Amino acid sequence: MLNLTINGKTHAIGDDVDPKTPLLWVLRDTLNMTGTKYGCGVGQCSACTVHLNGVPIQSCQVPAESAVGQQITTIEGLAAPGATLTAVQQAWIEEDVPQCGYCQAGQIMRATALLARFPKPTDAQIDTEMAANLCRCGTYVRIRKAIHTAAAKVAKTGGAS
Amino acid sequence: MSVYLPESMQKLYAKRREEALQLTRRGFIKLTSVAGGGFVLALSLGPTAEKALAQTKTAADSSLNPYVQIRADGRIVLFAKNPEVGQGVKTSLPLIVAEELDADWSQVDVRQSVISAELYGLQLAGGSTSIPMNFDTLRRAGATARAMLVAAAAQTWSVPAAELRTDKGVVRHDKSRRSATYGELAAVAATLPVPAAESVKLKPKSAYRLLGKRVTGVDNEKIVRGEPLFGIDQRVPGMLFATFTKAPAIGGRAVSANLDHVRTMPGVKNAFIVGEIGSPTLFDLSGAPAVLSGVAIVANTTWSAMQAKKALQVQWDESTASHDSWTAAVTEAKRLATQAPQQVLGEAGNVDAAFGESKPVEALYTYHYVSHADLEPQNCTAWFKGDSVEIWAPTQTPQAAVDAIAALVGLPKEKVLLHQLRGGGGFGRRLANDSVCEAVLVSKQAGGIPVKVQWMREDDMGFDYYRAGGFHSLKAAVDKSGKLAAWQNHFITFTMDGKAPVSSGNIDKAEFPASVLANQRMAQSLIPSKIPTGPWRAPGSNVIAFCVQSFLNECSVAAKRDYPDFLVDLMGSPRTLPPDPFGGVFHTGRAVAVIKTAAQRSGWGRKLPAGRALGLAFHFSHQGHFAEVADVSVDANRKVTVHKVWVVADIGPIVNLSSAENQCQGSVVDAISTAMGLKITFENGRVEQTNFHQYPIVRIDKAPEIDVHFLDTDYAPTGCGEPAFPPVAPAIANAIFAATGQRPRTLPFSVEGYSI
Repeated sequence: MLNLTINGKTHAIGDDVDPKTPLLWVLRDTLNMTGTKYGCGVGQCSACTVHLNGVPIQSCQVPAESAVGQQITTIEGLAAPGATLTAVQQAWIEEDVPQCGYCQAGQIMRATALLARFPKPTDAQIDTEMAANLCRCGTYVRIRKAIHTAAAKVAKTGGAS
Repeated sequence: MSVYLPESMQKLYAKRREEALQLTRRGFIKLTSVAGGGFVLALSLGPTAEKALAQTKTAADSSLNPYVQIRADGRIVLFAKNPEVGQGVKTSLPLIVAEELDADWSQVDVRQSVISAELYGLQLAGGSTSIPMNFDTLRRAGATARAMLVAAAAQTWSVPAAELRTDKGVVRHDKSRRSATYGELAAVAATLPVPAAESVKLKPKSAYRLLGKRVTGVDNEKIVRGEPLFGIDQRVPGMLFATFTKAPAIGGRAVSANLDHVRTMPGVKNAFIVGEIGSPTLFDLSGAPAVLSGVAIVANTTWSAMQAKKALQVQWDESTASHDSWTAAVTEAKRLATQAPQQVLGEAGNVDAAFGESKPVEALYTYHYVSHADLEPQNCTAWFKGDSVEIWAPTQTPQAAVDAIAALVGLPKEKVLLHQLRGGGGFGRRLANDSVCEAVLVSKQAGGIPVKVQWMREDDMGFDYYRAGGFHSLKAAVDKSGKLAAWQNHFITFTMDGKAPVSSGNIDKAEFPASVLANQRMAQSLIPSKIPTGPWRAPGSNVIAFCVQSFLNECSVAAKRDYPDFLVDLMGSPRTLPPDPFGGVFHTGRAVAVIKTAAQRSGWGRKLPAGRALGLAFHFSHQGHFAEVADVSVDANRKVTVHKVWVVADIGPIVNLSSAENQCQGSVVDAISTAMGLKITFENGRVEQTNFHQYPIVRIDKAPEIDVHFLDTDYAPTGCGEPAFPPVAPAIANAIFAATGQRPRTLPFSVEGYSI
């Protein structure tokens, strides 16, 4: 039995799940939290990005057992259902970033962590950090723009992203 | 038909049209052809269509036609008929209806429609056809519904309809200062006769409120919240998860496997061999079922199935599988390039005489196979229930999927219910329904339980319908006045049947510039191959533009002419060229306009530092005229930096400006990846690349600034998912040459030592 703390809530994972199962598949198949996406399974595309104690990680590379006792945040945890979206989520809609949208949960998770470290990031900082995430549709120009838009929103409200 | 459709899609379109016409003859529905190749379904729906329509509504909602439903609470539901795979049609198609309906976009909810040829004609994401095939139909659907709402108000208030106007979801009678919302009028409107098509007026372009503006995607909130949306997100109660393992050599068949051992592994519920069905290495849109043989492992989670897959040991029969080798194909192509072509496709004037008068320019261009690499690996959830089948699929061809499944399990089409789900990328890969057929077979063989078959990235990359590799041996003559005097293309491609090129590995005999030259010859030779190929974003064009626009640039250098001038000169007087086999109408005047505008916007001719230069290319495909300029620098180690790309397009009026710009920006980035580093190679029938570490799609740090500009023209609107792609690679190649005097002649350029 594993206890995972996801988006502030504790989930008991049954003994039928191998504790070494990557966090990605526990989220998707066991807990039916499908916002976190499978793209490559080898830590190349970052579609599976979630936060572990606020730090972006590739959930396809992290065994569930190693996430016990840590704060896991997924895309579903940024804003509660029906609640106001975060600045990053709002910026993604305003700039109409997605094409297919499949990578965007991972992009948003990494962008959120980026803004926590660099509230006013330069293009170079954005490129360095966000290069971990692949977008097959090539929405990078808009991702850059949306991160700046989100940064400006946070600066304006003085609140957290 | 005047829409650009590859041959395979034309067949599908003709089939749907024939089915719809048969229904008309049976008196179920009225069908009216409209300009642009679409057809309007008139609103006297037959019982079958009524039934399909009934799936979309509740008793209190008023359906004015298959595209427009006005709910009792006043919300307006617009149905998006075509699959969404990132090309933006789930937003842009309903936007067209909303414009003519004069709806308030903030009151609109968009839903994916049911799959029904009777209601919607052809439902397809392919060939950049959604806008050109549906623009007129959707405008009429919106305008007709609006006319019915106006008529309802006229009847209710006993005033002439001519005194009424609409204003963002409200009908107003200014004289009496009365108004009513669409929601208030819908119930009456639904009882009124449908007005004759001739009586329904469409808005002039100058009155558009929505079209041509930037509108954010209708699924964006769900995407940023991580709500279930994609094929892979589908869950059905009791559903199990499956992997499917195919022979390493494409086309091999499973003979036996350590199934007893695999069945004992944690979480594994079942494991079995699935036999080959149909011709799975042949890309086919006709709705014929096709599955490669393999081993299915059904488990309680995807991870359990993945672990068992690793322990799987299979004895394969590879006697009829592919044994193809890319390196051998290159050797053979180089040999063929020195021989007379096997087939002459087209010829005009006297090519050989023209070559005799001047020193010809000659070059061999090569391009590798590439994979679609949709970020959402192929998957499908299926439930074979004995007397019916239910499917949840992110397919680009849902109607062909229904046909294929009906044939596969021997049930009538009415017993196959397909739920269309958003696809995490398409690029042509999801035109094929191999994963759908696979999922249905696995569900059936597993005993009729719901199963999601999930391909691993390695399956997706190893078992694609690849963009075919190929070779163009080009020869041209430039006359004393600096004009192109003769052109010869010996095109070397692959064949499965020994007679015709593989799917999307063909060329039109009149492909530009043959279409504008007096002396030209188009010829081809074929290399036998069993590697599956199929449409990949801008099929044909995605490689032809590289070869043709690079080589024309070589000709302009030989002629000592500036490339834009040389190209404009080649276009000649403004005129339409004869339609290509896909119905594409190349207009030389539109071509000149985009070339000149691209040169102007990019500051063509300005001085740049050493090692840095601009390159330009033009290509016409999918009805779109596109000229693009790349600003590129190259260092001593052949490291390339693409600083900026200008895209100038004429695709007629723009439907959703944000989406159209996004498609162009994405095409540029996609084309930079493909030009610089993407390739699929194979030896002994085995694809050598397995995952993204060997398939370097570019990241954000390589994405240039991109300037997108659409010419404001009144031609019929056309699609934008594909035609921005082809000019990018030759624009970069021409810039590399201008910067360094060296020219890459192989896609990807990494093969010639370039990097990004």
